[in-house]
Amino acid sequence: MEISKSHIDYKNPVITIRGLYKSFGDMAVLRGIDLDLYQGENLVVLGRSGTGKSVLIKIISGLLRADAGKVNVLGYDMNTIPDEELQELRIRIGFSFQASALYDSMTVRKNLEFPLVRNKKGMTRKEIDMATESVLDAVGLLHTINQMPVELSGGQRKRVGIARTLILNPEIMLYDEPTAGLDPITCIEINDLINEVQERYHTSSIIITHDLTCAKSTGDRVAMLMDGQFQRVGTFDEVFKTDDERIKPFFDYKFV
Amino acid sequence: MDTTENTSSPVKKSGSSFTGRLANFFAEMAKINAFIFRFFKEAFMPPYEIKEVMRQVFETGVRSFTLITLTGFIVGFIFTKQSRPSLASFGATSWLPSLVSIAILRALAPLVTALIASGKVGSSIGAELGSMRVTEQIDAMEVSGTKPFKYLVCTRVLATTIAIPILATYTAFIALVGGYLNVATNEGTSYRAYMEAVFEPITFLDFESSIIKSIVFGFTIGIVGCYQGYFSNKGTEGVGKAANGAVVTAMFLVFIEEMIIVQLTGWFR
Repeated sequence: MEISKSHIDYKNPVITIRGLYKSFGDMAVLRGIDLDLYQGENLVVLGRSGTGKSVLIKIISGLLRADAGKVNVLGYDMNTIPDEELQELRIRIGFSFQASALYDSMTVRKNLEFPLVRNKKGMTRKEIDMATESVLDAVGLLHTINQMPVELSGGQRKRVGIARTLILNPEIMLYDEPTAGLDPITCIEINDLINEVQERYHTSSIIITHDLTCAKSTGDRVAMLMDGQFQRVGTFDEVFKTDDERIKPFFDYKFV
Repeated sequence: MDTTENTSSPVKKSGSSFTGRLANFFAEMAKINAFIFRFFKEAFMPPYEIKEVMRQVFETGVRSFTLITLTGFIVGFIFTKQSRPSLASFGATSWLPSLVSIAILRALAPLVTALIASGKVGSSIGAELGSMRVTEQIDAMEVSGTKPFKYLVCTRVLATTIAIPILATYTAFIALVGGYLNVATNEGTSYRAYMEAVFEPITFLDFESSIIKSIVFGFTIGIVGCYQGYFSNKGTEGVGKAANGAVVTAMFLVFIEEMIIVQLTGWFR
């Protein structure tokens, strides 16, 4: 799918990261990350497993703290943001987890209502139902509304996970390995859904993946994370056309 | 900043030397204190999760009801049976109901209830929260701004703190019934005479200390189960450890608290 870039506002970065460092014990995972995510952009962070891709978005969402460096999300400095403001900011950031992280003791409906009723006060029962059904319809799973997460397939769980984040109308979407563990057809469906979310909800997204098909079909830009730093950032083709021996094997891949 | 890293990362190990272990111990103590402080800070601040607390109280009661009924009855029956020979040697079997009631109300009912609840409820809370941590459900709540500590921890600790005194009162009643069956079978005592003898030595302090003790036990079971589950390490092994740690630690603390409260109430007698 060819993506038009007219929707991206390059004057308006929603996330700005400068000199980000993060280590766990003696293991330095992120070593000087610089990154800008612009309004309306889908940025794919590519890299092998264990390179710190998920750590990066967990720092952006406030689940982890940076050891050093500046992380600015929607105008908030994540190093100094007070608790109350962090709660408010999180409503503006959607996080789709690798394993979906659906609340397994709740039905799909309750999963979607849970963040809604706790963050949007004063909604009537009818408004809650409408919001829930609308967002579930947007991901094509309205018929699963009364099912338990355990009754859903992997792809359906991903979709419900995405729907649960969309119900709060986030400005930024963070996708952690959205196609991991899914069959190729479902991967394509999820990739299309990511693009639909961008168009319909005007979100800016960071998509963490090591799936090149996902990167090519969803990313306006691709950032290649290796050795704790972004080695190359650009369009898929710009990143792909390289003689860098560390990166070339990663792209030695036959697309379907 | 209230981050998952703050709450879930294990205390850094400072080596295997004595000073290292001592440092780890104090770091763990500080973390536990912070957890308890956070409970008091968040539990009594709006918005209140009253519906979820009530659901958890019900769950706590249902989980333990059958076992507590059976255990309470057996404890009352056996205690009465085992106490008879000693009293009989003084020709004082008529004091059996008084002895049974004092023992059950002051010590056995709260203790047995707390031990059963540690196994049934504490382990369940530890495993449930541990599993939610492993599957990133707690992180999912955190990033959607829904305050998982309040929803998961505060509600469960409040529920056990409310439910255990109710269950302990029920245990006391069932144990007294067990004691009555034994006394009635052996001494032919009427129900009315038994009950009069049971309540004759009971003071308000006995009842009060029993309830306070149960509240403390309930809080301990809830907070220990939640702490173990909430800070469970990633992986299925961590879930098992959380459940096991919740039971062992809660039982140990219940005995320590029993000893302290008995000493304290002794000063008021």
